[in-house]
Amino acid sequence: MHIPDGYLSPQTYIPLYAVFAGFLAVALKKIRETLSAKNIPYLGMASAFSFLIMMFNVPIPGGTTGHAVGASIVALVLGPWTAVAAVSVALIIQAFLFGDGGITAIGANCFNMAVVMPFVSIVVFKLVRGRASGGWRVYLGSFLAGYIGLVAAAIVTAVEFGIQPLIASANGRPLYAPYPIEIALPAMAIEHLVLFGVIEGLVTLLVLMYFLKNDRDSVYALKEVK
Amino acid sequence: MNAFQKKLLVILVVLAVISPIGIYLPTAFNAEDAWGEWSTETVEKLVGFVPEKMKEVADLWKAPIPDYNLGDEKSSFTVQALSYILSGAIGIALCGLLLYGLSKLLVRKKE
Repeated sequence: MHIPDGYLSPQTYIPLYAVFAGFLAVALKKIRETLSAKNIPYLGMASAFSFLIMMFNVPIPGGTTGHAVGASIVALVLGPWTAVAAVSVALIIQAFLFGDGGITAIGANCFNMAVVMPFVSIVVFKLVRGRASGGWRVYLGSFLAGYIGLVAAAIVTAVEFGIQPLIASANGRPLYAPYPIEIALPAMAIEHLVLFGVIEGLVTLLVLMYFLKNDRDSVYALKEVK
Repeated sequence: MNAFQKKLLVILVVLAVISPIGIYLPTAFNAEDAWGEWSTETVEKLVGFVPEKMKEVADLWKAPIPDYNLGDEKSSFTVQALSYILSGAIGIALCGLLLYGLSKLLVRKKE
């Protein structure tokens, strides 16, 4: 899901840089207001977890590969705004040091995986969880938060790919990402619905269960229902 | 850092050590690149040409450790696996340092 350089036109990646910068600015403000000394070590670990989980490429036999992102569990444990900062730092390191994701596409990749994904995840979790403080609603909610969060990020990414032939072509030939939306959208949606989303869901569920057992009070998504 | 946080840190290190699974599995199951993350050579094979602007921008940035690999695609699995583990370790260190620095900076501003 890391869009490389050369796939997005400037009319796509510049606005996405701006939108991401806006979210990051708010995220830093929120972190400053809410960060407790106890939580400081969690921030770096959340970012490192996201970095590492993205290295576990999972194959669709004979097809493409994909991976979980970890943004959903970070959103549930530390809150969506902290997830914006933690996951985007991992993505920026991946782009500059390892060429995973383009430099021009940093705004887009951060928007997809570090903004869309954590916010979709937290909304899904809250809807499924309702007022339950444990039990199947919490477990199902965390699985679906990961599953739907990753699928949503994939769909947004596919739309960014898919609109390129429409907005940036010359003499009937695409200048950037070549596949139209009717190909990009089903391709990316299906692989994430069938496999990668399930993995993100399981990662989210398992790590949340681990936190509930060891440090329940820190879990952002289970603080009192307002 | 409390005991639970130290335990989490150990888990992160374990994840880095076993990360080569992430390069082994795709090869074992004959899987190709992620959708939309093709090299320009692959794009040419797929659609018959390399889009004009893509050709110009694709190699804009020379990453110091491209694809988490200190060797190249033809290097032995051992070289690739060790590079991958090292990349994971660099990831843990940099993510940790950057977020720690950032939170210290933000907390100081508050005071």
